[in-house]
Amino acid sequence: MRPAYIARRFGVFLLIVWLAATLNFFLPRLSGQDPVRAKLLEQAALGGYVQGGIEEMTREYERRFGLDQPLWRQYLTYLRDVSRLDFNYSIANYPRTVNELIADAVPWTVSLLGTTTLLSFGIGSLLGALLAWPRAPRWMRWLMPPLWALHAIPFFLLGLILTYLLAFRLPLLPIFGGYSAGAVPALNWRFAWDVFQHALLPALSIILVSTGGWALGMRGMMVTTMGEDYVLFAEAKGLKASTVFLRYCVRNAVLPQVTALALALGQILSGAVLVEVIFGYPGIGTLLYQAIRENDHFVIQGIVFTVIVALGFTTFVLDVIYPWLDPRISDRRG
Amino acid sequence: MRAAYHYIRRNPSLALGIALLAALALFVVIGSLMVDTENARPLSAPALRPPSADYPFGTDRQGRDLFAVMVAGTPLTLRIGFVAGFIGVGLGTALAFIAAYYRGLADTVIRGVADIGLTVPGLLVLIIIAVSIKGTLTVNQMAIIIASLAWLYPTRTIRAQVLSLRERGYVEVARLSGMSGPGIIFFELMPNLLPYLAATLVNGVSAAILASIGLEVLGLGPIDSPTLGMTLYWVNFNAAMINGWWWWWTAPTVIILTVFLGLFFLTVGLDEIANPRLRRSA
Repeated sequence: MRPAYIARRFGVFLLIVWLAATLNFFLPRLSGQDPVRAKLLEQAALGGYVQGGIEEMTREYERRFGLDQPLWRQYLTYLRDVSRLDFNYSIANYPRTVNELIADAVPWTVSLLGTTTLLSFGIGSLLGALLAWPRAPRWMRWLMPPLWALHAIPFFLLGLILTYLLAFRLPLLPIFGGYSAGAVPALNWRFAWDVFQHALLPALSIILVSTGGWALGMRGMMVTTMGEDYVLFAEAKGLKASTVFLRYCVRNAVLPQVTALALALGQILSGAVLVEVIFGYPGIGTLLYQAIRENDHFVIQGIVFTVIVALGFTTFVLDVIYPWLDPRISDRRG
Repeated sequence: MRAAYHYIRRNPSLALGIALLAALALFVVIGSLMVDTENARPLSAPALRPPSADYPFGTDRQGRDLFAVMVAGTPLTLRIGFVAGFIGVGLGTALAFIAAYYRGLADTVIRGVADIGLTVPGLLVLIIIAVSIKGTLTVNQMAIIIASLAWLYPTRTIRAQVLSLRERGYVEVARLSGMSGPGIIFFELMPNLLPYLAATLVNGVSAAILASIGLEVLGLGPIDSPTLGMTLYWVNFNAAMINGWWWWWTAPTVIILTVFLGLFFLTVGLDEIANPRLRRSA
C-alpha cells in the first residue's frame, strides 16, 4: 500500500505544479497586456523623446522572447523552461535573472517562516494541550482570552503595533530591513546577531498570532481525546499523570493538528508576505512587493510559481510523513 | 426580547461580536453626519497635521482628512468583504450540497479541486489575477477577484457537514417517502445547517476582508478609493512609522482590529449556536 499512496500524493503534487504553470502562463495573456511594449513605451517616456522605431523594437524583443510564435508553442516552451526552473530575466533589474533574485531572497523567508511556524506550532500545541488538562496550573486559564483575540488579528497588523511599541517608542529593536544599513553580510557572529535582532520583530508578530490558532485547535482535540475510554483505562491502571498526558492524550490529539498544518501553510505564507513588506525584510515578500511596484511580470510569475511548488512539495512531504505518525492511515485505502 | 437577552448572557462571544460591529456601524453613521466624505480625497486638507479639533484623526501627507477617509473607507472595505464573502459562501454551499448529496463523479471533481486549491497560497493567485487586469481596479472588481477563490474553504467544510447529515434518519425517511433531491436539500438539510452556514459566512467575510487588505497593502488595490487597506498602503509607501506620523496608521489599525475581532467573536458565538455541545468544553 505504501508505494501506491506515495505515488498518488506525488501525482497530486505534479498536478499542482502543472496548474500553477498553466495559470501563470494564461492569466496574464487573457488580459491582453503586452509587457515588452509597455516597458519600452515607459522607457521612451522617461527618456523624454518620441521613439520612432518603437514598433520595430517591440517586434525584435518579441522575437527574442519568443512572443511572435503561436500560443501553443509559447505554452510548450514555457512549460519546458519552467520545468528547468528557468524564469527568464527580470525586466526591472535586467542583467539579473529571476532565479538569482529569488535565490537571494529564499534563505531569508525560509529561515524566518520555518522557525516561526515550527515554534508557534510546537508552543501552541503544547499550550493548547495544557489548557485542556485539568491538572494544569490555574493561571493558565487566563491565557485563553488573549490568545483568542490575538489569533483574530492579521500578522502584519500586529507587526505594525509591535514596531511602534518595541522599535519606535522603546527603541529596543531595529525597525526596518534584514540587517543594519552599514553591515557587510558575512558569516561571523556580529552579523548573525544583527540579523537575529532584525528578525525578532517580524518573527514575534507571526508567532504571537499563530500560536493562538494552534492552541485553540489542540485544546479542542484534547477535550475529545480525554473523553476516550483508553485514557480512562490508562488512568485506572495507575499510570503516571505525565505518561497519560504525553503518550495517551497529546500523542493522539496532535494528529489532526499536523493535517491542519499542511492545510494552513498557504495561509501562513500569504500572511508572512505582508509581514515582510511591513518590515522591509529582504525575503520573497519584499521582492514580490518591489516587482509589483515595478510591474516586473517575470519576477512576479517566477515567485508565484516557485512558492506554489515549494508549498506543494512541503504538503507532499507532510503527506508522506503522516502515515508514520498515524499508523492507521497506511492500512486504509483512500 | 427577554429571551434574546437571556440567550445573549449565556453566549457572551455573540454579544461581544455584535457590540463591536455595531460600534463600527455607529461610527460610520455618526461620522458621515459630521464630516464631508469628499475630504477623503487628496489635497482637501493641510498635509500631515496631527489630530486636532478640526481634524480629529489628523491628516496624511497627500492632504486627506483621515477622519473622512475612515468614514468613507470602512463601508468600502466591508463591502468588498460582504460581496466576496456572499458569492464565495453561496457558490461553496451549492457545490458542497451537489458534491455531498449526489456523490459520484461530481463529488470527486469538486472535492479534488477544492483540496488542491486550498494547498495553494490564495494571496499569490489573487496577485497574479490582479496584476493581469489592465488599468486601475474598482472596489467591485476587487470583490469579484477575491470571490474567485473564496468558495474553496466553504465548499470543503460544508461538504463534510452535509456528508454527516445525509445519513440521519429523517433524511432517509424523506427519501423513502419520495421526496426529490432538491427538495431534500432545501427542506431537510438546509434548515438544519443554517447556523453553521451563518458562521461560515461570517468567516468567509473575514477572510475576504483579510485578502482584500493584503492585496491593497501590496499596491494592487483600487488606487482611487480610500479603503482601509489602501490607507495602510500609503502608510507603508510613505514610511509613516519611521517618520513618526503615528496618527496616520493608528486610525486604520484600530478600525481593522475592531472589524476582525468583531467578526471573530461573531463566528465563535454562531458556532456555539450551531454546535451547542461546544458549551460543555468551554
